[in-house]
Amino acid sequence: MQFRLETRVRSPAWMNLVLPVAAVSITLVICSGLIAAAGADVFAAYGALFKGAFGNRFNFIETLVKAAPLIFTGLAVAVAFRAKFWNIGAEGQLLAGAMAAAFIGAREGLPAWSLVPLMIAGGAAAGGIWASVPALLKVRFKVDDVVATLMLNFVMFYGMMALLSGPWKDSLSGYPDSPDIRMDAEFPILLEPTRLHLGVLLAGVGALLVWLLMTRTTFGFAIRAVGENARAAAHGGIPVNRVVFFTAVLSGGLAGLAGVGEVAGLHFQVMATLSPGYGYTGIVIAMLARLNPIGVIPSAIFFAAIATGAETMSRATGVPVFFADVIQGASLICMLVALLFTQYRVRVQTLARNA
Amino acid sequence: MPTDVASGKRPLLSMRGIEKRFGALRANASVDLELSSGEVLGLLGENGAGKTTLMNVLFGMYSADAGSIEIDGRPMNIARPADALDAGVGMVHQHFHLVPRHSVLENLMVGEPGRGLKLDAESALVRLREIASRYGLELDPETLVGDLTVGEQQRLEIVKALFRGARILILDEPTSVLTPQQTESLFRAIRAMATDGVGIIFISHKLNEVIAITDRLAVMRRGRVVAQVENDATLTRQKLAELMCGHPILPPEKRPTESGRTLLKLAGIDVELGPDHRRKLSEVTLDVHAGEIVGVAGVSGNGQRELAEVVAGVISPSHGAIEVDGQAVHASTPRGMQRLGVAHIPEDRMGAGLLTTLPLTDSVMLPLAHKSPFSRFGWINRKAVRKFVLEQIEKFDIRTEGPDVRTGTLSGGNLQKALLARELALDPLVLVAAQPTRGLDVAAVEFVHAQFLKLRAEGRGVLLISEDLEELFAISDRIVVMYEGRIVGDLDASVTTPAEVGLLMAGAKAA
Repeated sequence: MQFRLETRVRSPAWMNLVLPVAAVSITLVICSGLIAAAGADVFAAYGALFKGAFGNRFNFIETLVKAAPLIFTGLAVAVAFRAKFWNIGAEGQLLAGAMAAAFIGAREGLPAWSLVPLMIAGGAAAGGIWASVPALLKVRFKVDDVVATLMLNFVMFYGMMALLSGPWKDSLSGYPDSPDIRMDAEFPILLEPTRLHLGVLLAGVGALLVWLLMTRTTFGFAIRAVGENARAAAHGGIPVNRVVFFTAVLSGGLAGLAGVGEVAGLHFQVMATLSPGYGYTGIVIAMLARLNPIGVIPSAIFFAAIATGAETMSRATGVPVFFADVIQGASLICMLVALLFTQYRVRVQTLARNA
Repeated sequence: MPTDVASGKRPLLSMRGIEKRFGALRANASVDLELSSGEVLGLLGENGAGKTTLMNVLFGMYSADAGSIEIDGRPMNIARPADALDAGVGMVHQHFHLVPRHSVLENLMVGEPGRGLKLDAESALVRLREIASRYGLELDPETLVGDLTVGEQQRLEIVKALFRGARILILDEPTSVLTPQQTESLFRAIRAMATDGVGIIFISHKLNEVIAITDRLAVMRRGRVVAQVENDATLTRQKLAELMCGHPILPPEKRPTESGRTLLKLAGIDVELGPDHRRKLSEVTLDVHAGEIVGVAGVSGNGQRELAEVVAGVISPSHGAIEVDGQAVHASTPRGMQRLGVAHIPEDRMGAGLLTTLPLTDSVMLPLAHKSPFSRFGWINRKAVRKFVLEQIEKFDIRTEGPDVRTGTLSGGNLQKALLARELALDPLVLVAAQPTRGLDVAAVEFVHAQFLKLRAEGRGVLLISEDLEELFAISDRIVVMYEGRIVGDLDASVTTPAEVGLLMAGAKAA
């Protein structure tokens, strides 16, 4: 008996749903080995994880709050990857958006009503501008986008740390934190007394808008065409470089909004620990969602649930919280393997087939 | 090397009941095929008829769902190309599998079982010389493959197959890249190999060539072998075409037209590409008038692609002037040229024309999506798009399950129809078509030609770039010949001959 891969004529639609679910299930099975190795009961551990993420209204809302920045970074990556602009820089673009929001939100001179809209616009613009740097390098000088976007994350992070340790340091705090934003700049809470803030709603609306953009507009059409076959797109009259550039800016803007939400809805300042790698997790989220903007929502909620649930699990069973990172990594690999099946089918062939 | 010519009672190759399915499609439906030693078998059929699938089964690229393969009466299990090579089956693909930076000799030895870690160059050289002199397949062993002409690369592929002991040789559309003179020399080699007992399967769409070189013909249609005929004096092109399509084919009717105003004018166009500014076009001057089909002949790689891309606005000339319908073109872009009335069918229809991984709709809408009524203010009118695509599918008889299937699943002829449909929807003054019928079957070729002739009758211009002289002579009014980026001849199609064009293609006048 022998296995071989054959090309599929088309990939069936049900795969969009089945593959992520299968990838996640296999991830959980694989990771149960680690739970056992940590000396805990597998079912008890996953039970605690689920309870911690969805067990009651409070936990569920915490999961949603955690999902908001992940939805934005997931969208950022999904949009960019569609155009084959490999934006690994959502992390830096998020920080750019967060810093812009924190800067605007702390301005005293501005009228109170203008703060939230200005923070949103300013944060998106900052993320977009930061993403325009590698985009310009790519379309003008063919600089590799993976390397450029990734490296700029560190530039942004250490640039931010330099500001926070010096000129932008909150004089009242001993830590490298920025001053708090004004009360009027905080996102309204949608459901007292939880932390469900406007940013969560914005993330959901954002996913819908991005989906409309990708599927219903000529710009979305151009993005898909450029991503799937840039040469054919160019021959067909689409200005490829311009499309790549504006896709990158859009992607950066979405990542910037993730930062705005974290500052205006949750932390009210920027500090070193603002993002525990939301930009990178966005890559995994987008891949798991197969770059579908609507799919980004459940995908982001899944990763948020793992993160919030891991703490409960850790307290209940002693499995370290780093387990969440393992699940994240393993699910990306499982999804990448699963994606193979959209292109190929496995055929089992027996050797005795001659008459 | 072939050995037992005399024992020829038993067929050299016998394929029985070959079945191959792709999903719902039965690509090969219990196909039987036999080949004798020393026989040249023509394998004919429209695109999607199952020729390539059958040959891929024989060469071990696919495994059949059912059926058996016998060589010299011995059952063979061919699961991968290596098994096929061991069994004495060689294949020369349309696209060559050679290493450009290696020499002829090194390419020959790829995949040879060396002695330990050492490659046996001495004996390889001896065998190369022997094969070369025996079949007239002369090659310099030290030349780098990248420096060989396309014809020589093909020769090397044939030598490679013989070198590995092929007694069955599959040639997939071997003449599509050759000049008439090169084709003649290929045919001499085929005859020499057949005399020596090699069985040859010759796949081609060019009926004249098939009739010229084969002993026997197998015609495939919809996965089955529908006819096997001896190639004797009674066989005609017309009859073969009918066997392939299942219905009679009428040759295109070319009515005389008055050629009118100049629609496309190129004056002194130079193109230099790449970091080393390699000259791809030199002082190209060319007019296309209204109601005229201008054919561009040339061996592939002599600047035809660059010519098409300059006219389509994909690349900008470094010198020279372009005018479309009297309007000077300054900084040209594909969309800019579209606006002026130039449509373009690129040579590489999968790579530069269509979006193979996306739905057919997207491929068809590529140059049209931004136009009314398909979109307003950047918002796509999905109803209008769907209606339009369905209309095109109907009008051009594009065989597909619907507008939502992945473009790449369509057969070659249908892909070309889709591309043609969308470029004609641009309502062009001038259509630039590069190799528009390459790889298409007879019916699809006739269809494409009919569209070109319709454009001509409507007073538009067509610049038809082709390596198929039969095609150029069939529908062109004028034929220009390209050699090394220059136009070396501008001939009246009704006066010149294929032999004259062939000599110009080979550079007879350029020196």
